Amino acid sequence: MHVESKLREPLITGGKNLHDISRDVSRRVEEKPSLSWFAALSVSLLMLSVGGYAVYRTLWDGIGMWGLNKTIGWAWDITNFVWWVGIGHAGTLISAILLLFRQRWRMSINRAAEAMTIFAVICAAMFPMLHMGRLWVGFFWALPLPNTYGSLWVNFASPLLWDVFAISTYFSVSLVFWYIGLIPDFATIRDRAKLSGKKVSAYIYGVLSLGWDGAAKTWSRYETVALVLAALATPLVLSVHSIVSMDFATSVIPGWHTTIFPPYFVAGAIFSGFAMVLTLLIITRKVYKLEDYITIRHLELMNIIIIVTGSIVGIAYITELFMAWYSGVEYEQYAFYNRVTGPYWWAYASMMTCNVISPQLFWFKRIRTNIAATFIISIIVNIGMWFERFVIIVTSLHRDYLPSSWAMFYPTFYDVGMYLFSFGFFFTAYLLFSKYFPVINMHEMKSILKPTGDKIKTK
Amino acid sequence: MSLKKKTYWKGIEELKNDTDFIKKSQNEFPEYLPIKGSMENSRRDFLKMMGFGIAAASVAACEAPVRKAIPYVNKPVEIDPSIPNYYASSYSMGSDYCSVVVKTREGRPIKIEGNTLSTVSGGGTTAQVESSILTLYDKERLKGPLLDGKETDWKNIDDYVLGKLEKIKSSGKKVYVLSNSISSPSSQNIIDDFIYNYNGTHVEYDQLSYHGMLEANNSSFGIRKLPFYDFSKAKIIVSFGYDFLGSSFNNNLFNKQFAESRRVNRNQKKMSRLYSFESNLTITGANADHRIPIKSLESPIYITKLYNVLADKIGKTKINIDKFSDAIDNDVINNVASDLLKNAGKSIVISGSNDKYVQIVVNMINDLLDNFGITIDFNKAYNIRKGNDSKMNSFLSDLSNKNVGSVLFLNCNPLYDNYLAPKIKIGIESVDMKISTSDRLDETSILCDVIIPNSHFLESWNDFEPIENHYSFSQPTIGKLFNTRQYQETLLLWSGFKNTYYDYLQDAWKKVYEKTQTNKSFQSFWDRLLHDGVFELNNESKEINYKSSTSFSELTSWVNALKNSSKFELSTYQNLSVADGIQSNNPWLQEMPDPISKVCWDNYISVNPKDAEKLNVETGDMTTQVLSFNINDSNYKLPVVIQPGQAQGTFGVALGYGRKFSGPVGDDVGVNAYLMLNSNSKYQNLTVDGIELTNINESYRIAQTQTHHTIMGRESIIQETSLSEYIKDENSGKYEFKVATSKGLKKPEAITLWKGHEYPNHHWVMSIDLNSCTGCGACTVACQVENNVPVVGKEEVLNRREMAWIRIDRYYSSDVDVHDFKGLENASENPDVTFQPMMCQHCNNAPCETVCPVAATTHSTEGLNQMVYNRCIGTRYCANNCPYKVRRFNWFKYHDNKQFDKNSSMNNDLGKMVLNPDVTVRSRGVMEKCSFCVQRIQAGKLQAKKEKRRPIDGEINVACASACPSQALVFGDIKDKESKIYKLLKIEGSDKTTLNVGEERAYNVLQEIRVSPNVWYLRKVRNKKAV
Repeated sequence: MHVESKLREPLITGGKNLHDISRDVSRRVEEKPSLSWFAALSVSLLMLSVGGYAVYRTLWDGIGMWGLNKTIGWAWDITNFVWWVGIGHAGTLISAILLLFRQRWRMSINRAAEAMTIFAVICAAMFPMLHMGRLWVGFFWALPLPNTYGSLWVNFASPLLWDVFAISTYFSVSLVFWYIGLIPDFATIRDRAKLSGKKVSAYIYGVLSLGWDGAAKTWSRYETVALVLAALATPLVLSVHSIVSMDFATSVIPGWHTTIFPPYFVAGAIFSGFAMVLTLLIITRKVYKLEDYITIRHLELMNIIIIVTGSIVGIAYITELFMAWYSGVEYEQYAFYNRVTGPYWWAYASMMTCNVISPQLFWFKRIRTNIAATFIISIIVNIGMWFERFVIIVTSLHRDYLPSSWAMFYPTFYDVGMYLFSFGFFFTAYLLFSKYFPVINMHEMKSILKPTGDKIKTK
Repeated sequence: MSLKKKTYWKGIEELKNDTDFIKKSQNEFPEYLPIKGSMENSRRDFLKMMGFGIAAASVAACEAPVRKAIPYVNKPVEIDPSIPNYYASSYSMGSDYCSVVVKTREGRPIKIEGNTLSTVSGGGTTAQVESSILTLYDKERLKGPLLDGKETDWKNIDDYVLGKLEKIKSSGKKVYVLSNSISSPSSQNIIDDFIYNYNGTHVEYDQLSYHGMLEANNSSFGIRKLPFYDFSKAKIIVSFGYDFLGSSFNNNLFNKQFAESRRVNRNQKKMSRLYSFESNLTITGANADHRIPIKSLESPIYITKLYNVLADKIGKTKINIDKFSDAIDNDVINNVASDLLKNAGKSIVISGSNDKYVQIVVNMINDLLDNFGITIDFNKAYNIRKGNDSKMNSFLSDLSNKNVGSVLFLNCNPLYDNYLAPKIKIGIESVDMKISTSDRLDETSILCDVIIPNSHFLESWNDFEPIENHYSFSQPTIGKLFNTRQYQETLLLWSGFKNTYYDYLQDAWKKVYEKTQTNKSFQSFWDRLLHDGVFELNNESKEINYKSSTSFSELTSWVNALKNSSKFELSTYQNLSVADGIQSNNPWLQEMPDPISKVCWDNYISVNPKDAEKLNVETGDMTTQVLSFNINDSNYKLPVVIQPGQAQGTFGVALGYGRKFSGPVGDDVGVNAYLMLNSNSKYQNLTVDGIELTNINESYRIAQTQTHHTIMGRESIIQETSLSEYIKDENSGKYEFKVATSKGLKKPEAITLWKGHEYPNHHWVMSIDLNSCTGCGACTVACQVENNVPVVGKEEVLNRREMAWIRIDRYYSSDVDVHDFKGLENASENPDVTFQPMMCQHCNNAPCETVCPVAATTHSTEGLNQMVYNRCIGTRYCANNCPYKVRRFNWFKYHDNKQFDKNSSMNNDLGKMVLNPDVTVRSRGVMEKCSFCVQRIQAGKLQAKKEKRRPIDGEINVACASACPSQALVFGDIKDKESKIYKLLKIEGSDKTTLNVGEERAYNVLQEIRVSPNVWYLRKVRNKKAV
């Protein structure tokens, strides 16, 4: 039995009991969708369809619809890809690494964070797909499938191929992990539906819960599987973004060719992932009135992670500048000189302000426990992280070795449209999730109610 | 009416109760089924047949739509499918000429190469020559003769013309034949016969007039011709505003000769020195060792001053130019004069002026320097430029006197490209019959009653005599595509000859044959002529003496009439892409960037940076502003390009743009600068004086393929040295990068992690001599033709998506310190210029190969970096990772796409005939790049294999190298120790990771990143005069 010091702040407030948890969480699944939910869904679907037009034109007419050119072969596409993959890091980190570290506070946020991870990874995977000139063949040629071309095989030396493996592995493990965690809660909803005589939902959630019976043996197996998956997922959290960073690190382009990238990218990913979790949960807890489960303390703990990772990222930025100077390589020096003072200085400045300066405000307890401030900074961090990837990709490419090829990149409507499409998908998926799936892990919350609930603590 | 149940009969048979029918009607299938055998066929058989039938029908329905293709019934002996035939011929457009070899596949010409046997054009080509193949397949060409704008047949039109001509002859009015310079002796004879018959006059003009030079030569030598210049023999070349490497009459050969005079290696450390005095930065100026920006108006003063300095030293009479003693930089002239005197007899002084007096003074200078007979030879005078501005003026006065009955425009378009165009336009209204032989409805032919479209030169027979006794032939390489007739046939007919031009040509050549006094039959002589394409008669050296025929007082009064102006001076010029504008409708030329400014799809005003500042010109990335100026009450608005090196107080505008009737590609591209020239002048003057430029603050998007102009202090891109340093040390100017390791500094190749490749059989390598490359750009078009490279149009060039596989990077020098990154972006005011052809470097450790996820780009066993279009999925990772940025992505579908109709070689059936069948037309979404013309390598290897031998050096050559007039590009197999490339690079051996190149000047661009390219550049050597 887990025993916790009384000095620690309670993780569940409001004097909840076990039934309250089931009721508070399941109620959202059971009730009729609210008007505001419909409004939000409509906006998301609108984004999806406007973005869908951009996707359609890109597929029909060609990548030329975007603003790319002979010098800059990647811009918004891969920026968005890396950005979404980064966001997709928080969920698994929370549920796997924090599980292994026995961080109980993760329990109220891991469900939503994992859902976000899965949606973000899907959004991320869209971009490498859609950025291909010939999606219709690339779709399966990028996979090492047996074929009729003789010895023709994929190129295992290519970081893009590593991406394919990294992303697909990460996605499958995350999905399984998330779903396994959902099973007991689906069973709870199924049972509640049965009791209240809702046959359809009882059937659907019955199917989804895979016949969960709540027996001690089932629980025991469940716990084992969760632990095994957590162990499997942990290295993935670190590997995925390391591999994504190798798209750049293994190249010869000044500004890309740096060994610092893997750790720097992982830190950045966690940084942006937590920021996105914060953005979503601050809204979710407010709308669903889950303040007693996702408390200020939860937010504060996540803010602390943001300070840590944000500072790591800041140090990485400065290290890059130092290394450029110290290396004595003129191309490297120019690449960073140009990053800071060149035509894209504003992107670099936005990145520095959003990623390095803004999270430092969380050193102040008043700010890191202030919901509005947290919400704003979480968004700023994600804007900054988008710029980070844009800066790395575009400012490195636009002025590389031969000045004769130097160029500028200007996005078109279709670049923005693709990004909008991913947002449309992400929000639609998240809205459907938050309506039809339990947004908080009920059974895990119940397991910590006793040691960390405020009832016990205040006794 | 009873409610009896209605009966429906199955047929007449049932109604008639036919017994046979009733018997059969019991069966399930009463009719006899046409299945083999008898009625015993089972239902299974029926189902089988039906199943097969449906399957067969649906399979048949899936077949691709039927395209019309007509096979040979009897295969012509000389045509083997997929085996090209080559025919020697001659390019001729406007006044231009080039001896060529035409490659045909299955009977259609697809590529033009230089004829290496020709001593006139030197074996290279120009961008216009390369492009002319697409002009053959231009769908704007007329499909047949037109009479009063209506289609008609030959008989009708000939009757009409002959009838009219007789009437005009009897009325006593004149008949004029207008043409560009005719260098074909047989055509000239035919024209002479025609004008003899009809009391006519033949007037020749050139787009860039050489009238002044011709007249000066006439007065100095009694020969109204251009002499043979031999730049390869010259040690000192001084050019006053004459772009002999660019827009000159035989730039092909001049490039070759100039490059020869500048080829250096450890055994030959000599090279020529070029001084260029000019207002616009031309490629001649860009290749000059000393470039002195001056106003064109000041050029005569400089020339006269140079004469005076030389005359002073030699002790001859001077011309009095005291009036301008302050106007010019005397030090420069003294320097030039001392250089010239040291190299008397080994120098050339040349001027582009069309003023007779300027050219007389130039002749006087060359005479002082004893250059005649050595570097400038009248024994081999050119026939390529003969235009006579005085005759044009007398034509004009005949027009205004309404004394002209008929004008025949022979393949010329004076209403567009003559400086008198506005006046001719008014004048010809009164002409009874206007005939044009233009191949399209152009500015001139649209006003003509009779249009007899001339056949393209690739469809015609012809002979040429570009230089006296140097002959060349043109033979058809394809049957006439349309109902056209070459003008020689027309004139023969109208002059009453019965035979064809071919017969006429042969008859004429029988006379030459007799002169040769060979034992061979005429037929074998004739066959040889057509095979070689060129023929030279031994020149009898005539004594041609310089005689001073102009008095000094005449010259003095001419000099003193010269004026200086404080306002802007406009210098018009021809660039190297659209040039005279004849082939305006050719998208390859329109998209070829100007070698200096890198602008395409436009002409523009070029101004000095300081003048731009005064005019408050604001430029951005691909944007500029529009300047406006007035000439003779006409207002012109053009975008401005800030041009380092442009003489202050001058601005340049290219001729050849602003066509109104050339076709959808060329129409309304830019502004017609021919109209800016002074039509009141007695001769064409490319300079217009006293212009006020105003900035109308209108922004304009200008398409440039290069927008950064300096190397940013990166010595590993461009290496250069000076001749004096090079003489001391062949390694001077070498940039050697060393990597710091724990064991001290090491060469990058010494610590490589790459395992290297083994090349067991061939190893293809290219070398590019930066000292020979003049930047003319012929290679870029040659590559476009050979490799089916699409044209993308202005909008896509603005998006920086041009598809060129080979480009020429042009870099300006910069004055600032290498650590001043901001300052390095700006070029010097009068920069040194370097051209660097850049294409796929075929790296041995190629960064593109490792990153492709599907292995669509791979390394061959012969050192080639190969691109497999079929496998490419278009991630563009390879292009991002290419340090040279030479990979090109198919952003859109460029073929069969209305959006890219300017890409006429891929968007209409006629244009598609130019495509090289050995090279795939790439689909949308795949990457492409230079392949080292792998199709040519493959063809050469196959040929050698069939003959059981190794390929011979020179047999396999890439398109760019074979086009290069200055032979700056050399391609070959370094496994062949006898090859030119092996010797040029002085290969000292190789192992798997390193090629030991002994040539001191050789270097790899970006050597420090150790991608180990197979393209080697030879360091540029400048021959600046020591101060």
